[in-house]
Amino acid sequence: MFRLRFVRDNTKIEFMRGRIIGLVVSAVLSTASIILFFYPGLNYGIDFRGGISIEARTSGPADFAALRTQLNGLGLGEAQLQQFGSPQDVLIRLERQAGGDEAQQKAVEKVRQVLLQKFPGTELRQVEAVGATVSGELFRSGMLALGLALVAMLIYIWFRFEWQFGVGAVVTLILDVTKTVGFFVITGLQFNLTSLAAILTIMGYSINDKVVVYDRVRENLRKYKAMPLRQLIDLSINETLNRTINTSFTTFLATMPLALVATGAVQEFAIVILFGIVIGTSSSIFIAAPILLFLGKNRLRRGPKARAVVDDRP
Amino acid sequence: MMYFARWKVTLILAILALGTIFAIPNLLSSRINAAIPSWLPHPTVSLGLDLQGGSYLLLAADIDTVVRERLTNVVDDIRTELRKANIGYTDLGIEGNTVKVKLRDSASTEAARPLLQSATQGMDLKIGADGAVAASFSDATVQSIVQGAMEKSVEIVRRRIDETGTREPTIQRQGADRILVQLPGIQDPERVKELLGKTAKMTFRFVDESVLPEAATTGALPPTDEVLPLASAPRGGEASFYVVMKRVMVSGENLTDAQATYQDAQPVVSFKFDSIGGKRFCDATKTNVGKLFAIVLDGKVISAPVIRDAICGGSGQISGNFTIQSAQDLALLLRAGALPVPLKIIEERSVGPDLGADSIRAGIYACAIGFAMVATYMVLAYGLFGIFADIALMFNLILTMALLSLLSATLTLPGIAGMLLTLGMSVDANVLINERIREETKLGRSPIAALDAGFRRAFSTIFDANVTTLIKMAILYVLGSGSVKGFAVTISLGICTSMFTAIVFVRWVISVWLRRRRPAALRV
Repeated sequence: MFRLRFVRDNTKIEFMRGRIIGLVVSAVLSTASIILFFYPGLNYGIDFRGGISIEARTSGPADFAALRTQLNGLGLGEAQLQQFGSPQDVLIRLERQAGGDEAQQKAVEKVRQVLLQKFPGTELRQVEAVGATVSGELFRSGMLALGLALVAMLIYIWFRFEWQFGVGAVVTLILDVTKTVGFFVITGLQFNLTSLAAILTIMGYSINDKVVVYDRVRENLRKYKAMPLRQLIDLSINETLNRTINTSFTTFLATMPLALVATGAVQEFAIVILFGIVIGTSSSIFIAAPILLFLGKNRLRRGPKARAVVDDRP
Repeated sequence: MMYFARWKVTLILAILALGTIFAIPNLLSSRINAAIPSWLPHPTVSLGLDLQGGSYLLLAADIDTVVRERLTNVVDDIRTELRKANIGYTDLGIEGNTVKVKLRDSASTEAARPLLQSATQGMDLKIGADGAVAASFSDATVQSIVQGAMEKSVEIVRRRIDETGTREPTIQRQGADRILVQLPGIQDPERVKELLGKTAKMTFRFVDESVLPEAATTGALPPTDEVLPLASAPRGGEASFYVVMKRVMVSGENLTDAQATYQDAQPVVSFKFDSIGGKRFCDATKTNVGKLFAIVLDGKVISAPVIRDAICGGSGQISGNFTIQSAQDLALLLRAGALPVPLKIIEERSVGPDLGADSIRAGIYACAIGFAMVATYMVLAYGLFGIFADIALMFNLILTMALLSLLSATLTLPGIAGMLLTLGMSVDANVLINERIREETKLGRSPIAALDAGFRRAFSTIFDANVTTLIKMAILYVLGSGSVKGFAVTISLGICTSMFTAIVFVRWVISVWLRRRRPAALRV
């Protein structure tokens, strides 16, 4: 009977051979991402920076020059115009207005009037205005969410496994998250609340993957009491390889339509998730496992003196 | 492991049936739903503002002003009382949250004590032997003042919005000093914003005609008076400001009704006083015929007519420079009452109905395509066991939908994204189980032993993986806002239901299949 399999069963790939390369490549990418985070930095959306964002659909193809002149004539600072989707759709972004929330509200009102009066037939599909207080709070609670999530993961994995597993998982997560941040900078995708949800989702997905591999390592530690850790980790990865690939693939398939069909924030969300699936899957093999190998070399495995038991199952 | 007691089977089938019944109304159009007899359950998932279109406004109350206002009133009371009793004082004023005053003669402390006590009710009063007086609110009192003001504000906001005829608005208190307003179907919230931006504190006071306008400009005002500008541009010969007494004759709280009407083809607002207000107005006008009184709204004079006669009918009219709209708005504000605190809008998000409809369409397409691709892949990868997983996946979606309806949760666009991610994640459980069964079969186990071991060994992995995700979603739910919360909710529900569909339900389906077919070997 036909079965679609990406890798054949009982593979014996020595993944741990590439452990140094894996860690080095990952460290380089993450370092680069951190540099990118500081320069040129993230393209923060209005959730975190405050400001005004308006999605308008003009009656004909949008006249960007006219829009620009009209909007910049309002004295609200430089308006950023961007086409997205069809040529009728314009995304207008204005910096946060000096003079507090009242000034912000007045600016929204002005832009609304200009768009509706000077460009008849224009439809305002989405209007968002976020003031300084709110954007500051959103940023703080967002960072808090990321931090809490990391700590919670560390504690849970530590509790369910050994501390080496917990540290391995969290270090890998930090590497994953930094790379995702780098992805945001390179692609110029807006960094908003949904982006944070995307990062948390990636963390969830990535940790899932680590749990599956670690779970098998733990099982094999009990099963093969004498096998060297390196060989044992390789075995565990090989045994779970088909599962890892199948799950990544189905999640990828489920998210892809969203990246193709949706627009705006949700599309960006989906794109980031797709990136995260690739990162999360590869980091289980090339980062989380080597870290476990380094941390657990003399602790999880107490040398070759242990009694050799090949299979303790009935 | 592969045996199911009869009651368990019944329970599984009951859950699936109930889930389907609760989920179905979401797929029907509202017209068909209306035709369903009311004794049948037909809750539907409410759509978030990003899907149905509408406005989301976050208002912040300036709570400092409430306490400040209370302190100012106390200062006024102390001044009046001490003057009446002819007790000399200096340095009357507010410092932080404390009202301070110094009695000139420390011998007068005893005489002043009862007066100060009544003026500072509810405050901690300290009178020093040297005549230094300090009164302040305790933290608990400040809390309860703020609490009361916020509750009243929510109530007033609700009344104002209800008066505009908005359908199904949501008005919630959020945190210490915020009010969240959600207006489904309202795309341009300008009118609502305008209405909420006004405190609408209305007072009727006398104009102090004894003070010359020059005194007002030079600042030589008696402490009982203040200068207030005119609300609209002054008409011919009118002054642009008035010197108005601080003492309030009648306040807007004593109004029972207000309506916009016409007089001499001019829009005016007519109002009715309650009995107390009517009597006070009557008494005040009786003794002051020929004088000017000012109708003050939010620190601006709307108009300042001459009292021609005692007004004792308990009703009156305000004529100002009104348009029909502004007269209607003022009447509405007066009916709804004054806000105890000024509110300002600190966040606004409005979505047009078209964009919402587009998003729903995109969401449905994405879900359908995603489901089809995942389902096809599962069949290609696992054959019959893939079909089992697909049935489970379908029920997973149905049950998630049903739970969303039952909890009357809100489905947002990120929520739809969450649904799709759940597809991928819940199928993970079946991938794990199937891979495990495959391995066990390869080791030469009998079908029953392989299935048994597959489910048992995969369970702890699935459980750990799901708990970690649930922890993250809980964090996201608590710290996230608005539509992101919807994402956390759908993922969490999806994961919980997948534990049932992917594990319990699939195991039962396989057990039925096993009994019917009795396969000699498993082909996973």
